[in-house]
Amino acid sequence: MLDLIKRYWKTITRPSAYYSLGFLTLGGFIAGVVFWGAFNTALELTNTETFCTGCHEMRDNVYQELQTTIHFTNRSGVRAKCSDCHVPHNWTTKIARKMQASKEVWGKIFGTIATREKFLEMRLELAQHEWARFKANDSLECRNCHDYGSMDFTRQSPRAAEMHSTYLANKEKTCIDCHKGIAHHLPDVAKAKEQ
Amino acid sequence: MFMQALWRPMRLVAFLLLAAVAVATQAQPKGTPPTPLVDSMRGTTPVDKESSAPILYPTENKDIRRTRNYAMQPPTIPHSIDGYQVDKDFNRCMFCHARTAAEAAKSIPVSITHYMDRDNNVLADVSPRRYFCTQCHVPQADAKPLVGNTFVDVEQLLQRKPGVMGSTK
Repeated sequence: MLDLIKRYWKTITRPSAYYSLGFLTLGGFIAGVVFWGAFNTALELTNTETFCTGCHEMRDNVYQELQTTIHFTNRSGVRAKCSDCHVPHNWTTKIARKMQASKEVWGKIFGTIATREKFLEMRLELAQHEWARFKANDSLECRNCHDYGSMDFTRQSPRAAEMHSTYLANKEKTCIDCHKGIAHHLPDVAKAKEQ
Repeated sequence: MFMQALWRPMRLVAFLLLAAVAVATQAQPKGTPPTPLVDSMRGTTPVDKESSAPILYPTENKDIRRTRNYAMQPPTIPHSIDGYQVDKDFNRCMFCHARTAAEAAKSIPVSITHYMDRDNNVLADVSPRRYFCTQCHVPQADAKPLVGNTFVDVEQLLQRKPGVMGSTK
């Protein structure tokens, strides 16, 4: 084993005997661009709605619920797809979330929420994960579209304006504190308090 | 044995009947207009045509308490309730209108009657028979009334001059 490592170390530290420096640097650059492009394209592919709703777990449960909400249909036709709310937009946090999401692949393989009953059983826990994530990043995915600085309180209902201009303004609360269950149905939250 | 013997002629009779019906329906003269169906929702639009839906009026969303028209009237909802979830898992109305949530939400907590069962026992949580808020409480839209209304408030009714039906002075 040590011999093998030594042999490889020798090969990569020795100057190339066959290929020109130009080929190696330029080729390496092009290969890097191609690899990076392919990686990013594949990553973006996993951010599409078609990908998310490719699994019946998502298509039959949460996607159905989303379709009745204002985040799916509204007067102006701007809409949020799964990844807009569930995947951070910045690269580092996105990669971190994607690595976390490998647990979901595990869940898919072992059918953790393969039936409606299993899904409902687990829904509270799954929702709590997502709430905790939103709470921790100050509702970043909400704020990607809903910018506090651009909110016109005079266009809001008096009740909403008062809440936003106090609790949201002084950062005592973040979006998710009040706006739970706006894109999907809520589980029995009373059960969460018991735990 | 007897049934089997009977089966063959019966089958023949059934076949002949079907054939006769088929011929009769084909022989019916074409072009007779169907009698127009008047439906309360569709109007005179025929069933095979699509009727145009009336426009939806926006919900009044001013958060100002409205006067009740009579003492026992369930108060109308002065805000929009689009997409509110009220099911066995969660009650979006009680999220703010519960006794314990009223202070933070600056809402009006639901009255004690909502916690009482039909025998007037006060329960710890909202009574199941009162759980579905929109059975009694509804939001309002500034829409043209479909039918006329001559309702007179009881207070006005008491003040009216004798002989004047619901006089508003």
